[in-house]
Amino acid sequence: MTATTALPVAIERPSRSTQARAEAFAAYVLSAPAIVCLFGILLLPTLATFVLSFTDWQFGAPTLRWIGLDNYAHLANDRVFWKSLSNTVLYVLVVVPASVLLGLGAALLIEAGTSGRAFYRAAFFLPVTATLIAMATVWEIMLHPSVGLINVLIEALGFSKQNWLKDPDLALFALAGIGVWQALGLNMVLLLAGLKSIPRDLYEAAAIDGADGPWTRFLTVTLPMLGPALSFVLIISAIRSFQVFDTVAVLTEGGPNKATEVLLYTMYQEGFGFFRAGYGAAITVVFLLFVLVLTLVKARLAEKRVHYS
Amino acid sequence: MTARGGFAFSIFRHVVLAAGAVVMIAPFIWLLSLSVKPADEIFTTDLRLLPLRWDAGRNYAEAFAKVPLHRYLLNGAIVTATIFTLQVLVALPAAYALAKLRFGLAQPLFALVLLGLLIPGHVPAIPHYVMLSSAGLLNSYPALILPSVISVFGIFWIRQFFKTIPDDLIHAARLDGLSEFSIVWRIMLPAAAPALTAFGILSVVFHWNDYFWPLLVVTSPDMAMPALGTVYLRNTEAGTDYGPLMAGTAIITAPLVIAFLLAQRRFIEGMTLTGLKG
Repeated sequence: MTATTALPVAIERPSRSTQARAEAFAAYVLSAPAIVCLFGILLLPTLATFVLSFTDWQFGAPTLRWIGLDNYAHLANDRVFWKSLSNTVLYVLVVVPASVLLGLGAALLIEAGTSGRAFYRAAFFLPVTATLIAMATVWEIMLHPSVGLINVLIEALGFSKQNWLKDPDLALFALAGIGVWQALGLNMVLLLAGLKSIPRDLYEAAAIDGADGPWTRFLTVTLPMLGPALSFVLIISAIRSFQVFDTVAVLTEGGPNKATEVLLYTMYQEGFGFFRAGYGAAITVVFLLFVLVLTLVKARLAEKRVHYS
Repeated sequence: MTARGGFAFSIFRHVVLAAGAVVMIAPFIWLLSLSVKPADEIFTTDLRLLPLRWDAGRNYAEAFAKVPLHRYLLNGAIVTATIFTLQVLVALPAAYALAKLRFGLAQPLFALVLLGLLIPGHVPAIPHYVMLSSAGLLNSYPALILPSVISVFGIFWIRQFFKTIPDDLIHAARLDGLSEFSIVWRIMLPAAAPALTAFGILSVVFHWNDYFWPLLVVTSPDMAMPALGTVYLRNTEAGTDYGPLMAGTAIITAPLVIAFLLAQRRFIEGMTLTGLKG
């Protein structure tokens, strides 16, 4: 070790810490816009929603009063809110199983052959990108009580016509049907990806073990291997269908007789229809709590999936 | 797998899938069919795909005459393109810093990004409305754009992508004398193209189709986004003259449907990101 080798080290040391400082400085400059936007647009306004939910503020009112949990107490006694919450949950309970099962069926059948794959995948996926609000209008005409395509077909099959969107017993299910139509394709492609990742030799091993019928093959190999993808898709479609708003706002406006009142629509009406910002904020907080629970479950599943692979 | 099921299974597969496909596509076919029919052929229980008397010209012309459809399409293009551009301008440098640079607040910042992922867009809507309203910005492009300037999902997604890019590429760029700023825009931006395409499709499709936020901040027809525009068109309809309504709806729906049909694989990639986003 002579001075000739020590010298470059001695020179490098300060330059390395300068470099680290320069790197940190660059990092702060580069992330500054994101930090400002993150707080200004997302986190602080979300906090403001929480704070507003403890006040009696109305849009345009010059003053606001801190009323503690009054909004939430009011919610607990608000029949419309409970109707809205139970409708939302019922909607989720219809759309999620139906869209996941049909999506799974479509994925399995598409994967089970080689011909027509691209066409079927495109056909089932088309509604996912289409403007739901625009297509809702088409559905409304197809559901028209006297001349709607669906009623004409139903009558041809020997059933009686229904006033789908005006019948309190049917309206929510009609909207759920549109929801399934829209969500199915996304579930299908997510499950297709899951199916493709199942190793082929597992099927061969199962065949050697005597599991050769399509049904046994499905139960012994496909379903267990698809488990993580399936639970992931269930949660995703639950999160998405919990946010149902568009079809309600355009087709039924929560009616008839609150039969299709859902959480986001109630929030919209209280907050922006009746200008009760504080009360609307309280509904938003309840909405957030539900979505949060589902999202945390999803994060756990995603973590598991990473560990598995 | 095809051989296993045999011919009978193959027939079964095609019959079931074709029936499903017909149901999925039916609303689009019916939309096009109604958009070229005269009123008396729409208001009938006769099922007919093609009209006896074509009325496409009147329906489409009337749709454009009733509401400024071209404005909705233009607003949609301007707003979705601006939102995506700003999202990338904000997210890309931050994603690079989070993935490749060492700084004290890297971990807390990433934790905040993950926290942001938990918040659905509807939650800050009331404060956003209040801020835009007190700034006198309601019913304007900024009102439609500003709340979406930050996409925490975009930061998260691009950061994950940058993690897979070898550090050597960045070291080499530094040795060539590039500043961190030029590395972001001259090396990382082109490298991120596949991730940005998928994110861009997700972002554009979401904002083109979004109804909730435009419904809150738009008050005049000429500021409407495509989804809200179809509702304005719907509100002008009196009685049962559905032809022009369907024509206008077809116009609004067409851009994304055509784009999807032209680039199916990319669209499917982009939309499946919703799986990560929630």
